[in-house]
Amino acid sequence: MKLSDKVAAEINSIKSRYQDPRSCLLPSLYVVQKADGWIAPEAMAAVGELLNVPGATVKGVATFYSMFRHKPMGRHLIQLCTNVACLVMGAEELVDILKGKYGLEPNGTSPDGRFSLVIMECIGACGTAPAMLVDTDFHENLNEKNIIDTLENYK
Amino acid sequence: MEKYLLRNIENPNSADINEYVKAGGYKALAKAMDMKPADIIEQVKKSGLRGRGGAGFPTGMKWAFAAADPKMPKYLLCNADEGEPGTFKDRPLLEKNPHLLIEGMIISGHALRAKYGYIYLRGEYPQAKDILEAAIKQAYEKKFLGDNILGRGVKFDLCVHQGAGAYICGEETALIESLEGRRGQPRIKPPFPVNEGFLAKPTVVNNVETFSNVPYVLEIGPEEYSKIGSSDCPGPKLFSVSGHVKKPGVYELPMGTTLRDIIYTHCGGVTGDKKLKAVIPGGISTPVLPADKLDCPMDFVNMPKHGSMLGSGAVMVFDETVDLPKVCLRAIKFFEHESCGKCTPCREGIGWMRSILGRICGGTGNAGDIDLLLEVSKNVMGKTFCPLGDGAATVVQNFIKNFRNEFEAHINNKVRAER
Repeated sequence: MKLSDKVAAEINSIKSRYQDPRSCLLPSLYVVQKADGWIAPEAMAAVGELLNVPGATVKGVATFYSMFRHKPMGRHLIQLCTNVACLVMGAEELVDILKGKYGLEPNGTSPDGRFSLVIMECIGACGTAPAMLVDTDFHENLNEKNIIDTLENYK
Repeated sequence: MEKYLLRNIENPNSADINEYVKAGGYKALAKAMDMKPADIIEQVKKSGLRGRGGAGFPTGMKWAFAAADPKMPKYLLCNADEGEPGTFKDRPLLEKNPHLLIEGMIISGHALRAKYGYIYLRGEYPQAKDILEAAIKQAYEKKFLGDNILGRGVKFDLCVHQGAGAYICGEETALIESLEGRRGQPRIKPPFPVNEGFLAKPTVVNNVETFSNVPYVLEIGPEEYSKIGSSDCPGPKLFSVSGHVKKPGVYELPMGTTLRDIIYTHCGGVTGDKKLKAVIPGGISTPVLPADKLDCPMDFVNMPKHGSMLGSGAVMVFDETVDLPKVCLRAIKFFEHESCGKCTPCREGIGWMRSILGRICGGTGNAGDIDLLLEVSKNVMGKTFCPLGDGAATVVQNFIKNFRNEFEAHINNKVRAER
């Protein structure tokens, strides 16, 4: 697999920011994920070739970080926090609601391909818990009602 | 106390450079450019400023170590990877007051003769990334960054490097590994980053809030600064308060404000005026305190005398309805997920602790499980490269020490934790 010209150009432009091309690895994986929604094994190999880093090393790095996705995602990614502050403010009930309303399981995608759900380890919204990120938007002070109202804005 | 770190953030355009300058911003930078690098380090030393990331190491001393190392170039890294559950204190700085951080980093870069800086920003803050990058662009346009800062021939380049969801990268050597494009696994120390850090060059890693205090030190001078809050670790401190309080949020208060004052005076007390059961004062890794231990000054020196730690100043408040073994289990699941896998005691031990806690909270715990948990925790504590394993062991030991009866109740009554 070849990276698209646009993705390859963007990765090349990142190189100037770093003294060492290897530092571009995480930013490059982000570029791929932004374009494709996930990072396919072939894309990892292609990134490795571009940065002159062994493919196995790229895979080792890409699988270490929990925000890189290794299978295709739904159109919108829900990242719901269930860590301690969100837990005591009712995050578990929200997980149940997502299952009931959209058929969403943690690490799963709704049958219609609209949402994927990932359980997060603290997203820094503890004072406005429970909270989630939908794509790159923060939604805070969630409850059983407003979580659905919020998600209905994502088609 | 007059706010400094969070001043002007109610202004909806506070992240704009013109608003920041209007509020007095970048004056400290102009002052710093007239100072010798060694004099800036001396002022920071004199101010008593300690690192705000959790360890509380004296900032001026760290800088002096890096400055004394003849290797060049030197690198300046900002740890904006706050991932300690309960911690969200840096978020208002990053999203609402990015120029304060940028100004602090440029001054620090000048003090250390570093020409390159990176802000290692957690992946969970996508909005902060856009805001910081826009702010950095503005700072270049105004010649606060670049090859010839304010026409003084000083060079400093700065960019944002986005992490990707790994708590361990808040540990400085793991952060450096990650910035070098590797898995975020901690290095053994020594050598310390001040001598061999990023690309094996002298590297200073400071927290967002630490850098944000640097312009203040120069503005009011080290003598005035050292009069704020606790005498042996002075300055303003951000506290992020969450859980069962009426007014959760980020508060800028003098270092040494008591936990009781934070909860009852500033945050309005416990939600619904329920009874307080427990408080985690400094983020999930710091020892939990029972409700009768609130009269402790929140600073790096006094908290250990009261059985806990200041950590990141992340106060988590639990009312009488909270099932603490369940909180403990959730915390240990977090550590299990975040262990980088390098050290066996951490990788394996935390999994075992999670398993035992799981059966206790599931109503199928055995009579010896509490002692078994303590035994496993002792075999994790102090036996790993970095403090992540210690954090997990600390959680288990202190939840049991202070609330053993709750664990026993689950075991003796075969009670499953409620949803």
